[in-house]
Amino acid sequence: MSETAMAGGTRRLQIWRGDLTGGELVDYELETEPGMVVLDAVLEIQRSQAPDLAVRWNCKAAKCGSCSAEVNGRPRLMCKTRLDHLPADQPITVEPMRAFPPIRDLVTDVSWNYRVNKQITPFTPRENLKPGVEINEKGEFLIDQADTDRMSEFRKCIECFMCQDVCHILRDHRMHNRYYGPRFMMRMASLDMHPLDGVDRLDQIADEGGIGLCNITKCCTEVCPEGIHITDNAIIPMKERVVDQRHDPLLKLLGCTPNKGRRKPPPRAETPEL
Amino acid sequence: MSEQSIEHHDYDVLVLGSGGSGLRAAIAASEAGARTGLVCKSLLGKAHTVMAEGGLAASLGNVDPKDNWSTHFQDTMFGGKYLNNWRMAELHAKEAPDRARELEHWGAVFDRTPQRTMSQRAFGGHSYRRLVHIGDRTGLEMIRTLHDRTVHSDVDVFMETTITRLIKDGERVVGCFGYRRQTGELCSFSARALVLATGGSGRIYKITSNSQDCTGDGYALAYEAGAQLVDMEFVQFHPTGMVYPPGVAGLLVTEAVRGEGGILRNALGERFMERYDPKRMELSTRDVVARSIYTEVKEGRGTPHGGAYLDVSHLDSDYVKRKLPSMYDQFLELAGVDITKEPMQVGPTCHYFMGGVKVDADNGASRVPGLFATGECSGGMNGANRLGGNSLGDLLVFGRRAGIGAAEAANASGPVSLPAEQVAEAQAEIEGFLHGSGAENPFHLHRDLQKIMGDGVGIFRDREGLSEAIGKLEELDARAANLRAPSDRLDYNPGLQLCREVKNMLTVSHMIARGALLREESRGAHSRLDHTGYSDYWGEHNIIIDGDSTHDMSLTPTPVVKRDELDELVEARKEAEKAS
Repeated sequence: MSETAMAGGTRRLQIWRGDLTGGELVDYELETEPGMVVLDAVLEIQRSQAPDLAVRWNCKAAKCGSCSAEVNGRPRLMCKTRLDHLPADQPITVEPMRAFPPIRDLVTDVSWNYRVNKQITPFTPRENLKPGVEINEKGEFLIDQADTDRMSEFRKCIECFMCQDVCHILRDHRMHNRYYGPRFMMRMASLDMHPLDGVDRLDQIADEGGIGLCNITKCCTEVCPEGIHITDNAIIPMKERVVDQRHDPLLKLLGCTPNKGRRKPPPRAETPEL
Repeated sequence: MSEQSIEHHDYDVLVLGSGGSGLRAAIAASEAGARTGLVCKSLLGKAHTVMAEGGLAASLGNVDPKDNWSTHFQDTMFGGKYLNNWRMAELHAKEAPDRARELEHWGAVFDRTPQRTMSQRAFGGHSYRRLVHIGDRTGLEMIRTLHDRTVHSDVDVFMETTITRLIKDGERVVGCFGYRRQTGELCSFSARALVLATGGSGRIYKITSNSQDCTGDGYALAYEAGAQLVDMEFVQFHPTGMVYPPGVAGLLVTEAVRGEGGILRNALGERFMERYDPKRMELSTRDVVARSIYTEVKEGRGTPHGGAYLDVSHLDSDYVKRKLPSMYDQFLELAGVDITKEPMQVGPTCHYFMGGVKVDADNGASRVPGLFATGECSGGMNGANRLGGNSLGDLLVFGRRAGIGAAEAANASGPVSLPAEQVAEAQAEIEGFLHGSGAENPFHLHRDLQKIMGDGVGIFRDREGLSEAIGKLEELDARAANLRAPSDRLDYNPGLQLCREVKNMLTVSHMIARGALLREESRGAHSRLDHTGYSDYWGEHNIIIDGDSTHDMSLTPTPVVKRDELDELVEARKEAEKAS
């Protein structure tokens, strides 16, 4: 790939127009400039051909995660997807994310994600942090760069919700009330790995969060625009911890399963509905 | 639509805007016991703050132990060419360290020193390595931390809600009016105190690093409500935006690229900053670097795509990928350039508004009772030019102060209600955008506005160009009276959204062009080709703007308010600059 490979020319787009009651792909044709991204094309169509075309976007720099859509059937940030990287001999389809209800055209109702986020206990520093080891005299945390790097991978997330969109548990099985989805597994992983966090998150990860439902197909990892290893680095280590702590045969034999007696009731009713 | 019911909410404190300053204000107001609402045009966590890359300036002294608040204050004043609000620069320098530490306690994660404290990086105009950071995505880290803090506090959040008008009862702001973007349903809010945290107005230029939302709503709403604005002529053009391909022109290339050792060259291979600022070179202040690149291009030494080369290929490739990961991705993905092997091409892009609503430094209060402003929406802290890293500190320090100030004002106020005739007027405006008799397309008006501002009110200005621009803006005023959305549907209507935003941007453009015409000197981000030097008079004066409409906008030179106790620091810095 290089600058010289950038092509313009006439392209055909098929954009999904509709709302909760239904919709269809509508054909548009436009002259493109070299290096144009899908969002440029959609906004040009909005300006010149379809002024009521609804699209959610903001930074146009792949930093805010607003313009997620399914381009040629694959979830992508429209602002980061170049037209000349898509096959030139066929129309480009642009559809809203399917795991969430459409509001109109390319805009979906992602509010469920915000309700899930609210369920997750926020970072809470441990009480009695060790002076000089965990906190200095100015009240600043003392943390290793290695810990920072580990958490930072997950904190790169821009909440485009494309991992949620491709997750089978959410997209195909519609189990939004039983599984928080990769985005929030990752969020809990970043909190869980914070060396100074004082919350035992295991129950929430396993029960309300429903980590057991993930069957490790790694679809989330494949679509992440930030290249976060969601499955390998966030979900699998947490799955292992759940298994270790909940099902350790020796601990069971001794009757001291760490979370025994503190288990929360089955959470189905209190997790947010889609 | 007149029969349409209006959704109504009542708060002690209402914050408009969910960028860093809005979130910090909402958290502070809520902690102070105020029933707090937060309204934002987009989804939560998408605000322009996520674009901030380099870091948060705070004199922690973790890397350079000699650093302290007074040096940070001096750097800020020097960067701002001494037009700053002295008290704001002081408070910012003194409080930023506490605000940075507080963020860590709320879960933010920053890069570390070998001693395991927060690491700090060098940035243009800062005497010491001062910017707390995480890679090149510091703004995202801050917004996510504040976002989580907000949703776990008692703040009610209204996402994708656009406010079109502030509502006053007598002299006091008592609420606002707007609509929910997803449905087009009208809504009103009454509030005992209202905080504007709506950011800047970069979308008045075609080439900008700013998000779609940055349409100067707060500046226009405040102006219409009778507030004063200060120094709107100072628009920061960030020196390094992408120049190619066309679709991404203006996209920010973080200053951290230069902070980490990036070198600027022209098409002849010359390290041209040697000619403009041999002492600071690439890490000179943003106004100087932007003008230098512009001049190189204008004089024929630009790159094939009309910029300068910015090169990090001499640095270790793994180091570049670790310290500048999003820049690496951005260029590879969007321009097909591997920055570890070849240089980037960059040029100036509209980035930040130093001017804004004139506020009380201590509590963010505007001249209008009940109305507060903070962050980029407020003016004064940064004077004629903002140092990189000072906006993230600014939004924490003054977001918190405005939130507390608003909560106190709300506490002191009795119940408020919205005068019916003003609600009806606000409703009629939206009705007009949808069903009025006008035929002016907001998309076209916006495009024309961007052209006028780019041509006449850009990085270099002169009397002729500014006068011509003002004339053209007046023509747009007439057209703006006939704005109508191309579609009248209510749900998620982009044309409706742009109608009011274009009006706001037009008001802001008038302020900038008129301020730029009045200020007959070159200072900081404001460069006049017909007045190239500093003027002693203007070096002591801010331009205060107020009025009832764009037609009777009044601009008043007003002496900079100094503080005796800081005089020694400022004079010492001026002397040091003269000596060097």
